[in-house]
Amino acid sequence: MTTTPVRPPVPGPLQETAPTFIGMPKFPKGAREALANTQQRRNLRHATHTIRGKRARVVAEVPHWEDLRLAGAAAKDEALHHLADYLVELEASLTANGATVHWARDAAEANAIVLEIVRAKEVDEVVKVKSMVTQEIELNEALEEAGVNAWETDLAELIVQLGHDRPSHILVPAIHRNRSEIREIFLREMAEVGRPAPDDLTDDPARLAEAARLHLREKFLRARVAVSGANFAIADTGTLVVVESEGNGRMCLTLPETLVSVVGIEKVLPTFEDLGPLLQLLPRSSTGERMNPYTTMWSGVHEGDGPQEVHVILLDNGRSHVLGDRLGRQALRCIRCSACLNVCPVYERTGGHAYGSVYPGPIGAVLNPQLRGTASEIDKSLPFASSLCGACFDACPVRINIPELLVELRAQVAEEGGRTAESAAMRATAWLFSDPRRLTAAQKAATLAGRVLGDRTIRSVPGLGAWTNARDIPTPPKESFRQWWARERGSGTERSPR
Amino acid sequence: MSTGTSRPALDAPVSQLRVALFATCFNDTMWPETPKATVRLLERLGVTVEFPTEQTCCGQMLTNTGYGRDALPLVRRFVDVFGEYDAVVAPSGSCVGSVREQHPGIAEHASDGALAGRVAEVAPKVYELSEFLVDVLGVVDVGAYFPHRVTYHPTCHSLRMLRVGDRPLRLLRAVRGIDLVELPEAQECCGFGGTFAVKNADVSIAMGSDKARHVVETGAEVLVAGDNSCLAHIGGILGRQRSGVRRMHLAEILASTEEDQS
Repeated sequence: MTTTPVRPPVPGPLQETAPTFIGMPKFPKGAREALANTQQRRNLRHATHTIRGKRARVVAEVPHWEDLRLAGAAAKDEALHHLADYLVELEASLTANGATVHWARDAAEANAIVLEIVRAKEVDEVVKVKSMVTQEIELNEALEEAGVNAWETDLAELIVQLGHDRPSHILVPAIHRNRSEIREIFLREMAEVGRPAPDDLTDDPARLAEAARLHLREKFLRARVAVSGANFAIADTGTLVVVESEGNGRMCLTLPETLVSVVGIEKVLPTFEDLGPLLQLLPRSSTGERMNPYTTMWSGVHEGDGPQEVHVILLDNGRSHVLGDRLGRQALRCIRCSACLNVCPVYERTGGHAYGSVYPGPIGAVLNPQLRGTASEIDKSLPFASSLCGACFDACPVRINIPELLVELRAQVAEEGGRTAESAAMRATAWLFSDPRRLTAAQKAATLAGRVLGDRTIRSVPGLGAWTNARDIPTPPKESFRQWWARERGSGTERSPR
Repeated sequence: MSTGTSRPALDAPVSQLRVALFATCFNDTMWPETPKATVRLLERLGVTVEFPTEQTCCGQMLTNTGYGRDALPLVRRFVDVFGEYDAVVAPSGSCVGSVREQHPGIAEHASDGALAGRVAEVAPKVYELSEFLVDVLGVVDVGAYFPHRVTYHPTCHSLRMLRVGDRPLRLLRAVRGIDLVELPEAQECCGFGGTFAVKNADVSIAMGSDKARHVVETGAEVLVAGDNSCLAHIGGILGRQRSGVRRMHLAEILASTEEDQS
């Protein structure tokens, strides 16, 4: 009997790097610049430690947190393992609910669809709900190029947009700014694009929020088209879900007559019940709250209530490529909570910009090279932007084994790199360890150096500057362990004297 | 209340166990006092320790730098050398982590079912020192004496890969004469991370400097940990700062007796 060989799924194409991030320097260079910015380091340390503490407290109070994590991961895996089926079901449910479904292979297609809808409505502005996917496809830039203003309405996104800046965190994009910097940005920039900030604005958080509220209010009331993402897209009911803190999202999702939602295909969940674990996992992991203040769900069009024209753009943009990777596809479970950023000792010190993408931190170090490939300097360097300490895996609400995926991606980078000085050194190391006699010979050289050096401290070694710039080097011992064992206990495997 | 994940205890009485020391290549070459202390300690507790001299390295550096394929012969060697023992003890959280968590994946990647089977047999018998003492020998007080102010850094792989929990701390608390002080932000990574320490040297040093500052804050004379690699990094920074803080492996403190201190 012959069996048909199992063919691996054909992965889709890679994502094209968004224009902003093309030619980004490799991570260590961006990190060095960030480390030199002491104000930003203080801001980041304070912010990440605050959220970290809040998250730890609200996670600790859930007795079955591990079961919730397993349930969340299982729901996402079920959707991912049968993605094509659930997407078709989602399209049918949405259509039955009166929404119009569009499919986009990449950023260019998605942006073109949004622009077409905006043009059909004959408007020159849209209000936006905070959304990672529209940043990924650089929708604002595409709209701006076509003469359409896209107003960010999330407070932190507003700060970033007014500051002509880039977000540095998934959840709190202006985490690298403190309140006095925010005050300056508001005073300088708000008048250029709408209602100015009051002249007597202070850096009191309540006053800053008030200025933003007044500035945004006129935009909410005027806009006829809103653009959102979605945290979840439920296949069986055709429901989209947005989870937020400020209520600006609710404004955008209910006031304008036309709503366009750009949704990554990995956002699909099989059933409404799957929201149960995920809506418990997300806010606790993300903002460190038991429940987020605003959860908006909408299932297509309801006459006389909310948007009367609902478009949903289902976007691939490299995701089906990741789906083709048996181990790597677990990264598509990510619900963008940013818990991994907040616990990451590397992110805490470098901030998000060094990662060269809208997805920073540990999950960015995985997702970017997965989605974009490892051809560019930045994507080649990201899998190495981790000490593999494992804090991210522990914090991840959907149990993405980020360290394991980083090691996999490192192997991909090494393989694609071909013959390098590093690969030669690694092969030499493997050769050395493949025979204990070679190790013994190497130890003879090391211990000879140890005997020559005695107790002197080694402060610098040519070629090892990366280590010795700030660290002494351990002096080799006068005798290795196996030399000692041979001297004291004979040839080795005999039992030691009792 | 103790923390961490309990490792299976073995059925046979300790005196009948065949126990091998996996010294680890790094300790063997650079820090021989640590495996020596491990042997002294285990023998004092009635364990017969063997050192199979065919052992070399777990291959962790290769694997974590992206050369897991080159580590395959080391995985084979590991099961060949240690397969016959009841238990394998190593004074290194990260090397034990590599054996238990990475060797199965390397064998699977190589599509070598026979090797994967042997790894599945051998890997669970490999214990980090504090696991072996607490879970297999069932001791917390190992009869050590160390009259110094000490602070303990839990290394990432012992903490988050092996889940040793508070075993090392319980062992240290039982040491006579010790003044054990808590390290602030103890569970934060020190920034060593293998080749991360040179590939991302600036971030690594920034992390290590914060760790070193916390160590100095405790006023400890000695920094102790279960991994000499992390200690080399933190100690390298402490040394450059002329801080005067000594670094010692957990095994060396647990092996210390009144004789050593006099």
